[in-house]
Amino acid sequence: MEEKAEVRLMKGNEALAEAAFRAGMHAYFGYPITPQSEVIEYLMAEQPSHPECVILQAESELAAINMIYGASGAGARVMITSSGPGISLMQEGISYMSSAQLPCLIANIQRGGPGLGTIQPSQGDYFQAVKGGGHGDYHLIVLAPASVQEMADFVFEGFRLAEKYRNPAMILTDGALGQMMEKVVLPPKGSLPYPEKPWATTGKTKDRERNIITSLFIQPEKMEQINLGLQAKYRQIEKEEVRYETIAVDDAEILLVAFGLTSRICQKTQQLARERGMRVGLLRPITLYPFPVEPIAALAAKVDAVLVVEMNAGQMVEDVRLAVEGKCPVQFKGRMGGMIPSPEEVLQAVETIAEKQHAEL
Amino acid sequence: MDIPPLTNGYEIVYKKPQTLTDTPMHYCPGCGHGVAHRVLMEVVEEMGIQDRTIGVAPVGCSVFAYDYMNIDMQEAPHGRASAVASGIKRVLPDRYVFSYQGDGDLAAIGTGETIHVVNRGENILMVFINNGVYGMTGGQMAPTTLLGMKTTTTPYGREVKTAGHPLRITNLVAQLPGACYVTRQAVHTPTTVRKLKKAFRAALEYQQKQQGTCFVEVVSNCPSSWKMTPAEANKWLEENMFPFYPLGDLKLPAQSN
Ligand SMILES: Cc1ncc(C[n+]2csc(CCOP(=O)(O)OP(=O)(O)O)c2C)c(N)n1
Ligand code: SF4
Repeated sequence: MEEKAEVRLMKGNEALAEAAFRAGMHAYFGYPITPQSEVIEYLMAEQPSHPECVILQAESELAAINMIYGASGAGARVMITSSGPGISLMQEGISYMSSAQLPCLIANIQRGGPGLGTIQPSQGDYFQAVKGGGHGDYHLIVLAPASVQEMADFVFEGFRLAEKYRNPAMILTDGALGQMMEKVVLPPKGSLPYPEKPWATTGKTKDRERNIITSLFIQPEKMEQINLGLQAKYRQIEKEEVRYETIAVDDAEILLVAFGLTSRICQKTQQLARERGMRVGLLRPITLYPFPVEPIAALAAKVDAVLVVEMNAGQMVEDVRLAVEGKCPVQFKGRMGGMIPSPEEVLQAVETIAEKQHAEL
Repeated sequence: MDIPPLTNGYEIVYKKPQTLTDTPMHYCPGCGHGVAHRVLMEVVEEMGIQDRTIGVAPVGCSVFAYDYMNIDMQEAPHGRASAVASGIKRVLPDRYVFSYQGDGDLAAIGTGETIHVVNRGENILMVFINNGVYGMTGGQMAPTTLLGMKTTTTPYGREVKTAGHPLRITNLVAQLPGACYVTRQAVHTPTTVRKLKKAFRAALEYQQKQQGTCFVEVVSNCPSSWKMTPAEANKWLEENMFPFYPLGDLKLPAQSN
């Protein structure tokens, strides 16, 4: 019997978990932390319908990420999820996986920090996600969903990209998207093919040399070559995998740039601004790494100003400034610590910019 | 084509197993790691399980084990070998999986993983090389360092007051219901090597029966960090390590029912 896509009303975290089963995940290792515990709870509850899938609650995120390392090295399609402190605890393992070129999907359902912080939503882990996070020169492929539908879709996309590039991929989302309920169309199980993994440690058969998963290259000459190889891979990812979305940018004078939850808030702001006769557009980066540098640069040459909106102290704004390269002023509007900016609050910031722009004319 | 060895009429009674590579080992003269590698790989060859065996070697002197063992292997972060091995075993339950860890790795930075892997009864073999020091990083104190023993971070000898007690983690592990077979062996004489080989064989055979974690401690040496000749180190081992870490079985499968 051929399975069909299915429409359901679900929480973002549940949609992500259900999508993982449907995307053919072999193993999940995790540890409870708010606001992402629904993922492991859902997976545990549904596991009997997916007997081929290993779901294990580890003793810590440290153990969990290393179980992921082992299982990925053995050729399995693997996922791990956590939030804030748990993601921090995994960084050594993620660095090892990046160097050993092991695919995996990590979801960070962000909460407010630093420290134990708050369980309310935040985008404070942007730097950690897109700049590496652990030690050494490496990048994760980072996808930022803005709806429950994308929480599910990006699981498929995350597995696909991770396996294509043999690189860890991350879904960077937040507690609000994890907890909110929306309609979601779930693809059928088995729709994501498994690539060959001839490098996996499955047991050295007579017809091949032994496979070794390692991140240790003690000779600096060799280590440099490994780094050059990784960098070449990142350049290819930057060339081929940039994803973004724009709304009403053609005649825009002010460009909003926001990802994830704040992009939805900015969508409302953008409408309110247009109703008031202000020419405001929105660019939403969907991949945070690779970052949509060129589209932002092209729009920066046309608009009067850019306003970046984030739920942090100003992190993505640095990448936007690098992309804009001084072509126009780049302003920032942010809330921190689990606070969500309202569309009206953002509109005020837009109005301030518009007034300043007119005063200067 | 296999070229027959030049034996000049003699019979070959001892040779390198083909589960070891031709790479010369980097271990210091007299170090127990090389012999322990060899014995483990002899067992893998004799059981005919090279194509189904996956090893995990974490950071430590034996991190390069994958250069010497001719099997599929994964290198692991310091302390995490047993978690990595659990991940492999969970997705490939019909394979033979082992971790090969030093005392710093297994009993200090990786203590949490050690306890929980055994407590879950993961069907893996954990090989625990106890040489009383951190070899790779230049001879610092390990959790197993004996009282009074001088290391680079206990230059006046280990004291309980500041550094606590040497940890007999194998005794702790043997208390856990998930442990199937727990034994303490050595590797410094022909007799101990033969016994160790039996222990490795038993541990790998039990793995197939899915009765829980098998744990083989090897009380070993580190002539370089101990600043002794190999002969002195082995004598010191017998006189000082064995009284605190007595050899023998701590748990047999029959008791685990
Ligand atoms: C997170 C982390 N901390 C510290 C180190 C440095 N380090 C490498 S090996 C080692 C100790 C190894 O000692 P042991 O596990 O007893 O193995 P041996 O070298 O004695 O065989 C340390 C501290 C590391 N690689 N990673
Ligand atoms: S430092 Fe010690 S443990 Fe490491 S190889 Fe030398 S003798 Fe062996």
